[in-house]
Amino acid sequence: MMVMVLVGFVVMIDMPSMPVKINYKLPQFLGGYEIKYDRIIGGYDLYALNGKIQRDLSVRKGLDIAGGVSVLLDADMSNVLDADRADALTSLKNVIERRVNLLGISEASVQTSNVSDKYRVIVELAGVFDTNQALTTIGQVAKLDFRVEDTENTDFILTDLSGANLQKATVVFDQNETVSTGEPKIQLQFNSTGAKKFKDITEQNIGKRVAIYLDNQIVIAPVVQSAILDGRAIISGQFSVDDAKILVTQLNAGALPVPVKVLEQRTVGPTLGQESVNKSVFAGFIGLALVILFMIFYYGRLGIIASVALVIYGLITLAIYKFIPVVLTLPGLAGFILSIGMAVDANILIFERIKEELRLDKPLSIALENGFGRSWDSIRDANLATIITAFILFNPFEWAFLPTSGPVRGFALTLALGIFISLFTGVIITRNLVRVFYNR
Amino acid sequence: MINFMKYRNLYFLISGIFLFASISSLIFFGLKPSIDFTGGALLEVTIENGEESVATDKMEELVLQISDVNVSSIQSVKDTQNYILKFNDISESKKAEIILKLNEEYKNVKEARFETVGPTLGKELMIKTAAAIFIAAALILLYIAYQFKSKIYGLSAIFAMLHDTIILIGSFSIFGKFFGVEIDTLFVTAVLTTLSFSVHDTIVVFDRIRESLKQSPNAKPVDVVNKAVTQTLSRSINNSMTIIFMLTALSLLGGVSIKWFSVALLIGTITGTYSSTFVAVPLLLVFLRNKKSF
Repeated sequence: MMVMVLVGFVVMIDMPSMPVKINYKLPQFLGGYEIKYDRIIGGYDLYALNGKIQRDLSVRKGLDIAGGVSVLLDADMSNVLDADRADALTSLKNVIERRVNLLGISEASVQTSNVSDKYRVIVELAGVFDTNQALTTIGQVAKLDFRVEDTENTDFILTDLSGANLQKATVVFDQNETVSTGEPKIQLQFNSTGAKKFKDITEQNIGKRVAIYLDNQIVIAPVVQSAILDGRAIISGQFSVDDAKILVTQLNAGALPVPVKVLEQRTVGPTLGQESVNKSVFAGFIGLALVILFMIFYYGRLGIIASVALVIYGLITLAIYKFIPVVLTLPGLAGFILSIGMAVDANILIFERIKEELRLDKPLSIALENGFGRSWDSIRDANLATIITAFILFNPFEWAFLPTSGPVRGFALTLALGIFISLFTGVIITRNLVRVFYNR
Repeated sequence: MINFMKYRNLYFLISGIFLFASISSLIFFGLKPSIDFTGGALLEVTIENGEESVATDKMEELVLQISDVNVSSIQSVKDTQNYILKFNDISESKKAEIILKLNEEYKNVKEARFETVGPTLGKELMIKTAAAIFIAAALILLYIAYQFKSKIYGLSAIFAMLHDTIILIGSFSIFGKFFGVEIDTLFVTAVLTTLSFSVHDTIVVFDRIRESLKQSPNAKPVDVVNKAVTQTLSRSINNSMTIIFMLTALSLLGGVSIKWFSVALLIGTITGTYSSTFVAVPLLLVFLRNKKSF
């Protein structure tokens, strides 16, 4: 019993640290005085927490809320050898990221997916509404060319050697017979026409620099040491392994050019999503008020305790969203609001059981303990089916045969989190609150 | 104890009427798939010109003046100044032309949303969605089988689950016919969630019935069932009430884009609650009695 009271206190101490985090992150919802109030209780704990999560001070908004463009691109790999396709996809991603950065878009995400022979890139650009410009920039085929220094060493002049002549770039490690340094180097492999052109270029430019440009941006400009006759060039330098890999990816973007086609495109204006959020949050508060009124009306003092646990549930959930962080989409928000309604389920099961025990004329303390103890099986069984569904909707292992839609995932994630957190608040926190406040 | 099961034929009748209406609507009206499944393009514009509303047929006429543009439908979004235009396929530049044209006529026209989905992607999603529904249903069935290790419990729960799914899909067939509501990925999500809600309540009441049958194996099934329903009904209704509060608030006050999603979940919750007590349990009783008398 002592231990349980202690657990209750620990939970009580933990709890205030949660609202503080939310106060910090959502100052528009909660008044400043609450921050001060909570600090007194939960001081040191939340200080450490705050330090850790300072960069995520707000809930991350999904594209449907923040507004922006989401594009699904299909990469045409028909001209790329099977073995090189994975590399080509990585290069494509890299090129798109570069272009997105050049557009000055800060909140961008570029992801790839490969299912059997389908190679795809998902580009999400928050805060971008000029789809036309974004799409033309992203959709271009990467252009790689070789340029040589002019006589004054001030500029680079285009040659007829281009990405089409380059077969592949790879990272190799120095395997010199006398001194093997193991240093990473970049190997370029040209095709037969490329080899001939490269031979001419290197012969004429010994001691000069030959620059490789991707999308008119310089990637690397090594100095030619000697003429390369066999179409197999090695670029050495003080590369780290990571640098070498990045360079190779960029070079391959030109060597393995992949045309892309827009499969799907969704643009959400800047106001539409926010309007929906405001309305939905308002709806959520109305719903919450109704649930609390209902619980208090039906279960009296126990209902008050359940309502307190429910508010704690909401606060913990929001804090966890920020911790993970969960990218909040509109369906995700719906999942969260729905989960508030489901969160009291465990309480209702327990309270009904307590009422039953009391009807059998058992003393209050035993009725309470039995109510909590005996309801657990039902609570667990009943929630398992929802967890199964949430699992399939979220598709955590990215199984190809299941959909992986962003909004649907948002809903599944908030629903599943809601179930786990509500099991905690509905059973453990309520139990401790009941012990502290109801036994007297 | 209340004799709930006395009126079981009435419950079957009510469910029968709803099932009949749902299935007939599905046969006669079918479903309206969204561009998620069919492929195509959708453009939503906001017209903030201070006027009450804009006639959609006039807007259609305007848009059709642009060459190579085929509008399949124009709808105004209720309670907003937004209009949704749908196309089989449309390029980025044509879209810009349309906005320009509308702006000339109405002033203050803003693009709120633009979506295009390739036809192959729609087909792909359809297949994946079918797989998701199939796997979810199979897993839940396995779970029910494991929970009850008995065919009659499992079958009753499955019938109740089917009952809920058919009524949910059927009502969206009716909404599609009369309100133009479309079936999108979110609707499928709602259907899958309904599957699990439906099982949720059924498990609680079945748990009770099994427990009581074990304690007093000679009791009449109808008495045991009535007692279990009496014990669990208030819990079942109370829990659903809290969910219904949240979903009703969201359906009426929430954002436009999740409105019908909330409605779908709301219908799923209501039928799920009803079917646990008034479909699954009476069915179980029928099965239990037949087993006893043979």
